[in-house]
Amino acid sequence: MLLRHTNKEIKPRKALTVNPAKTCQPIGAMYASLGIHNCLPHSHGSQGCCAYHRSALTRHFREPVMAATSSFTEGSSVFGGQANLVQAINTIFTTYEPDIIAVHTTCLSETIGDDVNQIAIKAVKDGKVPEGKHVIHASTPSYVGSHVTGFSNMTKAMAMYFSKSTGTPNGKFNIIPGYVEPSDMAEIKRLVKGMGITPILFPDTSNVLNGPMTGKYNMYPDGGVTAEELTATGDSIGTIALGATASADAARALDTRWKVPCQVQDLPIGLGATDRFIDALRKAAGVSVPDSITGERGQLLDIITDMHQYFYGKKVALAGDPDHLIPLVEFLLSIDMMPVHIVTGTPGKNFEKRIREMTDHLPYPVNVKAGGDLFQLHQWIKNEPVDLLMANTYGKYMAKDDDIPFVRMGFPILDRVGHSYFPTVCYKGGIRLLEKILDALLDRLDRDAPEESFELVL
Amino acid sequence: MSDTIKDTKTIKPGGVDTLDPEKIKKELLSRYPAKVARKRSNQIMVNKKDDTGKTPVMGANVRTVPGIITQRGCSYAGCKGVILGPTRDIVNITHGPIGCGFYSWLTRRNQTRTASDADDNYMPYCFSTDMQDEDIVFGGEKKLKAAVQEAYDIFKPKAISIFSTCPVGLIGDDVHAVASEMKEKLGINVFGFSCEGYKGVSQSAGHHIANNGIFKNVVGKDDSIKEADYKINLLGEYNIGGDGFEIDRILDDCGISVVSTYSGNSTYDQFANSHTADLNTVMCHRSINYVADMMEIKYGIPWIKINFIGGNSTAKSLRKIAEYFGEEALIQRVEAVIEAEMPEVERVRLAVKKRCEGKVAMIFVGGSRAHHYQDLFNEIGMRTISAGYEFAHRDDYEGRRVIPDIKIDADSRNIEELKIEKDDDKYRARKTDAEIAALKAKGFEFKDYKGMSIDMENDALLIDDISQYETEQLLKLYKPDLYCAGIKEKYAIQKSGIPMKQLHSYDSGGPYAGFKGAVNFYKEIDRLVNSKVWDYLEAPWQTNPELSAKYGWE
Repeated sequence: MLLRHTNKEIKPRKALTVNPAKTCQPIGAMYASLGIHNCLPHSHGSQGCCAYHRSALTRHFREPVMAATSSFTEGSSVFGGQANLVQAINTIFTTYEPDIIAVHTTCLSETIGDDVNQIAIKAVKDGKVPEGKHVIHASTPSYVGSHVTGFSNMTKAMAMYFSKSTGTPNGKFNIIPGYVEPSDMAEIKRLVKGMGITPILFPDTSNVLNGPMTGKYNMYPDGGVTAEELTATGDSIGTIALGATASADAARALDTRWKVPCQVQDLPIGLGATDRFIDALRKAAGVSVPDSITGERGQLLDIITDMHQYFYGKKVALAGDPDHLIPLVEFLLSIDMMPVHIVTGTPGKNFEKRIREMTDHLPYPVNVKAGGDLFQLHQWIKNEPVDLLMANTYGKYMAKDDDIPFVRMGFPILDRVGHSYFPTVCYKGGIRLLEKILDALLDRLDRDAPEESFELVL
Repeated sequence: MSDTIKDTKTIKPGGVDTLDPEKIKKELLSRYPAKVARKRSNQIMVNKKDDTGKTPVMGANVRTVPGIITQRGCSYAGCKGVILGPTRDIVNITHGPIGCGFYSWLTRRNQTRTASDADDNYMPYCFSTDMQDEDIVFGGEKKLKAAVQEAYDIFKPKAISIFSTCPVGLIGDDVHAVASEMKEKLGINVFGFSCEGYKGVSQSAGHHIANNGIFKNVVGKDDSIKEADYKINLLGEYNIGGDGFEIDRILDDCGISVVSTYSGNSTYDQFANSHTADLNTVMCHRSINYVADMMEIKYGIPWIKINFIGGNSTAKSLRKIAEYFGEEALIQRVEAVIEAEMPEVERVRLAVKKRCEGKVAMIFVGGSRAHHYQDLFNEIGMRTISAGYEFAHRDDYEGRRVIPDIKIDADSRNIEELKIEKDDDKYRARKTDAEIAALKAKGFEFKDYKGMSIDMENDALLIDDISQYETEQLLKLYKPDLYCAGIKEKYAIQKSGIPMKQLHSYDSGGPYAGFKGAVNFYKEIDRLVNSKVWDYLEAPWQTNPELSAKYGWE
């Protein structure tokens, strides 16, 4: 057994996290920064933070992930990191020539109280920021929230730094996709464009972290939201934030500052949430939904009805980020699966409330926890076994030990490919999710079937 | 930064010799701000070996300039991730915000094998105090104490260790006080490491801190003597991809008994008993030489440098161990093992060499692997024309003879040097002075490492703490057939159309140590440098974009 020390007896824990279902803010900020065109993320802290975040993102995407660091030493930790950051800005603009440096903080620079805004102003004054180039920053202390919080903070920072209002609406629509895959961002853009709307999607890691092999390495790939687009967000006719945890803050900030009306929707995972997203977009932009999109919806529904017998009544345990889990649980419920244990590592009261609202009427008890960990989830599973586990790659240790069909979902996925190329959002993504769930369930059915009832046609 | 690297396959073997390394060095420095260029110029050296075996002075183990995209990590990574990570039965609690524990959770491919499920194995687990803002403001000691208690209540481990992350040192949490209090209370060994990420200039500081902590808190706690003829410790071997298993297999065949490995596939009890071995063999000099030195002074165990990377290197290392013990039975048994193992190594080596001869590699990893892996490349006729370490010190380039000349700077001064004295009860000279002298007279080297530079060609480029910018320039100028580094560098290199092998974690491969490891490595390099998958970079319409007047069926 891999997790041989995990047993049924649940003892109370107040201080010890075991097998986390989240990681820290700066990696989310780094990921968001990679979704800006010609931008180099910068980690204001010890070298290790930057090395760890780059490694984790690289393993997940199997793509180059470049970022610089302030390389704090003991001295800078005592005297402050201003000199390090000013020097870093100079080195980066000279050597790596980005248009934008996106600085995020770490627990180190936050604990000593470095004022990055003031340091950035000093760098400009000292002539370290070339004309037309930008240093943006977000405060991302690792001891608050999770990787999703960091993503949210950097997304808000990019909107607030660049956005302006000329007073003339530009007819575009802001879409904030949240902490999702490059494939998901591309899929959301495809649907929005398909409705005749011009989106400004930010951040946008499509064509950045799912780039082609060409034999030519480009530190700044073709993708990413541009500074011009971010500037124009203040003139957009509206903003839809997908996911309350990752995207709402940026949308609300644009609304407050430039009166760009915003609404916060769930991530479009599954039928219901995608319906709401498309419907909200249709109403807000005053367009009609083309038949092609209604057709995609019908295809998703077709699979649901065709394969309903395999979904019905199957118990599911889930771990992931709040913005993913809320619509995912809704989707599973809508196809008559039974989510029974649900954990996110990201703290926040709203998550448990939303899940409770969806599951309160169910005839079986549901375990739900925000700020929980995979150890807790595994103990729940030991007490009430499930037919399917959906989690990031760390879930496979539980799946192997307890022989549970397993679908990889979320961040990080370190042992399979596909997530950065094939979406799990919107109707097409729903089809892919169901395909993955069915593959896991039916492979198990085939594996365990006695020879006499091993079936050719399922 | 978007320059094209083309025609990598058309560079002829040996073509690199037409390049002037001094000019290349200038080129590598040309883009940097003046101050940065000055600093980097001390870390980029054109290799020159003089008659006395002296090589260029390398500006190693110095700070990375802020803003440089570096390979390096931090002290915590070196301490918790590298040295203590592979030990399976200690509950390692990371005291800090969640990230540090999360990123060092199962990401290094250290393998471990227990006899049964009854044995403790916490390696698939991640333990953290997940510090929150109130812990930063009011101090985290209370939470740490509670976390140690909870870990004990739930898991009942034989030992618990605590690893400090950056904020812990800044807010003044005393992890050592918490550790000793909980040790007293729980009756098991509890010990802490002050390995805050900002200490030192790289992972290397963390290695040293880990060495000190294990030596102080664990080594020497179990004096029972193992019944075996030839007892050694294997130091600086982390069982990445099963390397340690292969070395153990070979040593076992030779009748050599491993008391402890630091720290691949290791246990707490092995560390506690490791002072009873009769010889310390050092694989990764950088990460573990401190323990070797301290054990020699306190317990009288001599140490030698060995290398199990490469078929010949493995044979040589086995012979060296046999020579140390000096008994004919062992010497003959070692020869028999080498004789049994080498034919398969030779068969594969010669087959692969035909396809790899003359190709060039570059290696930028670690504190010893950039050196060790050159043996394997040599064995299949490949040259390493540029190499460097990520976190090594001058002695790893120039040899231990430069240690007295290494300047102590502000960063290295902060890493504790333990004052070690001879333990009058436990010290036991393993050899008489006469025996030692006799071995030395035969050319046997104790406590020595000659470094990497001496083993490299004149004019090879030695680059310490290479940056992303320099990497890209090297690829463009030299167009190597293979580049070896870590995961952060991997895909930028491959996007340039050049195959890349990770030599920290081996990608998904291994073992590469020992005889079977050499065979695995030859085959892996053959796969990488001779694969057709790198020939598909251009689509047909890109190689021949002109419209032809003819239709396909004409």
